[in-house]
Amino acid sequence: MTLTVNTAAALALGDDALVLSHRLGEWAGHAPVLEEEVALANIALDLLGQARVLLSMAGDEDELAYLREERAFRNLQLVEQPGGDFAHTIARQLYFSTYQRLLYTQLAAGESEFAPLAAKAVKEVAYHQDHAEQWTLRLGDGTDASHDRMSRACEALWRFTGEMFQPVEGVDIDWEGMRAAWLESVGATLLRATLSVPEGPQSGAWTAGAGRQGLHTESFGRMLAEMQHLHRSHPGASW
Amino acid sequence: MTNTDWPLWEVFVRSRRGLSHTHAGSLHAPDAEMALRNARDLYTRRGEGVSIWVVPSAAVTASSPDEKDPFFEPSADKPYRHPTFYEIPEGVKHL
Amino acid sequence: MATASAHHTARAQADETADEAARTAAYEAVFDAAVAADERIEPRDWMPDAYRSTLVRQIAQHAHSEIIGMQPEANWITRAPSLRRKAILMAKVQDEAGHGLYLYSAAETLGVGRDELLDKLHSGRQKYSSIFNYPTLTWADVGAIGWLVDGAAITNQVPLCRCSYGPYARAMVRVCKEESFHQRQGYELLLALSQGTPEQHAMAQDAVDRWWWPSLMMFGPPDDESSHSAQSMVWKIKRHSNDELRQRFVDIAVPQAESLGLTLPDPDLVWNEERGHHDFGAIDWTEFWEVLKGNGPCNEQRITQRRRAHEEGAWVREAAAAYADKHTSGTGGSASTTGETGATRA
Repeated sequence: MTLTVNTAAALALGDDALVLSHRLGEWAGHAPVLEEEVALANIALDLLGQARVLLSMAGDEDELAYLREERAFRNLQLVEQPGGDFAHTIARQLYFSTYQRLLYTQLAAGESEFAPLAAKAVKEVAYHQDHAEQWTLRLGDGTDASHDRMSRACEALWRFTGEMFQPVEGVDIDWEGMRAAWLESVGATLLRATLSVPEGPQSGAWTAGAGRQGLHTESFGRMLAEMQHLHRSHPGASW
Repeated sequence: MTNTDWPLWEVFVRSRRGLSHTHAGSLHAPDAEMALRNARDLYTRRGEGVSIWVVPSAAVTASSPDEKDPFFEPSADKPYRHPTFYEIPEGVKHL
Repeated sequence: MATASAHHTARAQADETADEAARTAAYEAVFDAAVAADERIEPRDWMPDAYRSTLVRQIAQHAHSEIIGMQPEANWITRAPSLRRKAILMAKVQDEAGHGLYLYSAAETLGVGRDELLDKLHSGRQKYSSIFNYPTLTWADVGAIGWLVDGAAITNQVPLCRCSYGPYARAMVRVCKEESFHQRQGYELLLALSQGTPEQHAMAQDAVDRWWWPSLMMFGPPDDESSHSAQSMVWKIKRHSNDELRQRFVDIAVPQAESLGLTLPDPDLVWNEERGHHDFGAIDWTEFWEVLKGNGPCNEQRITQRRRAHEEGAWVREAAAAYADKHTSGTGGSASTTGETGATRA
């Protein structure tokens, strides 16, 4: 598949939103409290809405979502990581929503074709970030048990955060500035939550830039199998 | 009761500017910040509101049914408080 | 029920000289007159204990149904065949959580806490609608649930918007507004399948075949076997009989099925000119009672998942409560309050 620069960028950002939305959708009926069923679904729906706009910029949204092979997906490995407990979900939300808010803030201020979407989405992701921060504080500074879980989750996902700052071709923003702003924001939240900023590397030995290049983790294939199965079983059908 | 039993909050939503906040329902939340967010997610997901108040249910002092008569009946026999009490000649405007 | 008569009891103690029996009779007369005049009963009004407990049982069962009802449909969120359908389904399942919350909130105005109600659900002491003990086997089941199950629910629920108990009626107004989206999306989903490939059409027909009879059972046992109906009608908690509502639903569904290009699995279904209604075949009430008793295909699975979600979420709820204890200065509400009233439970 040969892609124009902007198509590739739309796929990268669109796949992030699509895949995270799917993972959040897995919570339906399993959330720790009913109010959180509603909150997580709101976030998942916002992300799915973003994904549909972005994928449509790159082609047919359903063809792209349902008919691409695993290696053609451009999302970050962070967003594809399987469930885990609520702490993992919140840690991932904290990392990703902070990234997305910084990214969309810059894009909204620019003049690229992503500006209109970013201007709308930045309000959504600001709320996602707030949700993640509120929960990070409560889990980190809640009980001993929740502190341990949140601490482990933040550590476990830390090594997937580095690839967020690999420049995406076609996304013209200050990537290094964004990394610094991200570290400052996430660091401050973790500190307030009595958690420490993980010390390990922000990427594994071979993970740098991997998701963006179509290199994913094992669970992702299974996620796609589930997501794509029905659509692929009825070639050419409309739904 | 376990310590997972979050308190109850009453939710008031202003549906649009120019209207007062109206009671929408209640929800559970551990604290005011989360109550506000839960209220936003639950009671305004179809764009039903522009402003939300949350109040701990325990903080509401309500008139009790036993107080009903002394509280509300005296106002029922004061029709002169209502504009329809007054007859105005036809043709008089802006009243 | 211990908590239900709490404020009643408290008042009696506060006024020891009053002749309790005479007072109760007077209150009862006021209550009966209000119901007869189609006025709403509000949380702090005096109400008969049996009225209160009937409402608690019904509203709780209704709330539980919304929450358990998320499961069969959530089963397809991760497999929805288009992004548009996926967004619709997620929003729908989310609404069900929301409806559950509106209804628990209405139940809490009667002096029971949500935790208490959830405990009763988890331990099987309170029921939810049996319809959710049937499995969603194909994507078309999502459509059949929207069209038939939500359709039956709406038929049941629209009259509840005029129920005599204010908070329940108000919750139902909100629920009904949102439910009509649910039914329409289900119908549209089935229509797309029915008019799609032969495989899709067959999928739709199979789903309707499986969901039709259970949907009819949603209206409850026939009027002459329904244990709670008569009193509920007097109290205007219920406004139409089970059989009346069932008939209304059948009459609405038949032409809708025709427009869908799908058949309903009942050879006895025929228009009766004289009655002005459709006649339909006998319902297998043995199946209904079996599913109700717990022998449906998914009873165990549904309640196990609900219990697990609740148990696995305990540490999260504890964490947030602990955080609130540390960071708020006593302005937060106490947990033992009932909604809409500010009244404290004993």
